[in-house]
Amino acid sequence: MAATEQDILEGLGKIINEITGIPAAEVTPEKSFVDDLDIDSLSMVEIAVAAQDEFGVEIPDDQLKNLKTVKDVLTFIQN
Amino acid sequence: MSANRVRVVVTGLGATTPVGGDVASSWSALLAGQSGVRTLTEDWIDTVPVTFAGTAAVDPTEVLPRPESRRLDRSEQFAMVAAREAWQDAGAPEVAPERLGVVVSSGIGGINTTLSAYDTYKERGWNRLSPFTVPMLMPNGPAAWIGLDRGAQAGVHATVSACASGAEAIGYAMDMIRSGRADVVIAGGTEAAIHGLNVAAFAAARAMSTRNDDPQGASRPWDRDRDGFVLGEGAGILVLESEEHARAREARIYAYASGVGYSADSHHITQPEPEGRGIIMAMTQALTDAGLTGQDVKHVNAHATSTPAGDVIEVQAMAKAIGNHPLVTSTKSMTGHLLGGAGGIESVFTVKALQERVVPATINLDNVDDGIEVDLVHGANRALPAGDIAAVNNSFGFGGHNVTVVFKGA
Repeated sequence: MAATEQDILEGLGKIINEITGIPAAEVTPEKSFVDDLDIDSLSMVEIAVAAQDEFGVEIPDDQLKNLKTVKDVLTFIQN
Repeated sequence: MSANRVRVVVTGLGATTPVGGDVASSWSALLAGQSGVRTLTEDWIDTVPVTFAGTAAVDPTEVLPRPESRRLDRSEQFAMVAAREAWQDAGAPEVAPERLGVVVSSGIGGINTTLSAYDTYKERGWNRLSPFTVPMLMPNGPAAWIGLDRGAQAGVHATVSACASGAEAIGYAMDMIRSGRADVVIAGGTEAAIHGLNVAAFAAARAMSTRNDDPQGASRPWDRDRDGFVLGEGAGILVLESEEHARAREARIYAYASGVGYSADSHHITQPEPEGRGIIMAMTQALTDAGLTGQDVKHVNAHATSTPAGDVIEVQAMAKAIGNHPLVTSTKSMTGHLLGGAGGIESVFTVKALQERVVPATINLDNVDDGIEVDLVHGANRALPAGDIAAVNNSFGFGGHNVTVVFKGA
């Protein structure tokens, strides 16, 4: 059964909270990782590694740099 | 000692040890004669001949925020906890970033990270490694993270000399202040090396106690039945400051960090030199550096790790360099041996002894070995005299490194 967008958002919120301390509730689709959540590039790598384990989806480095918002990640994982 | 040399004072103390999660609890545990040595339950325990260690009384991941602790090796976690305690204890001094330094060392570095990251790399591939793997395993990591935490720009260093590393860091920090490079330096040692490989490797060197049926009786410095050291973990950190800077901000001054002496045995890579020449040289130089004589020294927190070879050589050398009169103890009887962290926590304990004028008794010292003439404190704690007194912390390391730090009561 494919995970719903809500499931992925919750999973991603948990990962981001674990890595950065940002409350999971603040991880909403329209947020920009850099501008809104203040997440740096190495933290993005940590998030990508954890997301790969959680959702079984590889996120190559050249794709990672295009994922600017939470919504971008949700779309990438769903596709 | 030149009369107008910059004098260095201790204004802050921090520690997390096998007997307590901070200085106050660690010190009261030592005065109560409590051992921090415990039987281990790790999954590798059946593969090694030693089944106990002095594990930290308080796990640092319970103290640090989760996002921070996951980026830090355990040795860095201990250092961060102790450094923050020391900084607050010093009254969070206001100091220009370019006048603040850090010298914090470990003997082995981020060994837990090195080993677990190697497993991850082999089993799951390079791209599953944390991007923080390198700063977690590098031995300058603890100093670097503390420097970042405080914004220190005068220089951030990590001196490495095995079990003398922590004391050497304190000596280097004193030199930074005396030479005018810094007004305030955060200094000490940390170690987190309780891992199957380290236990196996020290056991292979025949250096560890194997008293598995009596873990709390295993660390027994100077006792006739001692059979090796007990591994411990944690960190001890001091805030050192020029006296002028500390007086200007009306800081509480615990003690003067008044002298340091260094030497190298150049005898054997692990065995102590039997005549203790290097140890005598380090102690003598430290006294000269402090402008003191052996008579001024009333207490020694000895290196004494509970190994058959080292303990007696140290006190015989001490008798020659300082005299038989100081009250000598080994707090390792309770904490185990923190390797690079030892000089850190034991300097904290030496300063506490001067401040409270009491020397905690060495535990497990039931039958004093032959050839010892110094005044070993055992059975009960002993009081230090009032007035101007000094105390010494010794730390020696594999490789033949000897470091002696002298503190003088404030």
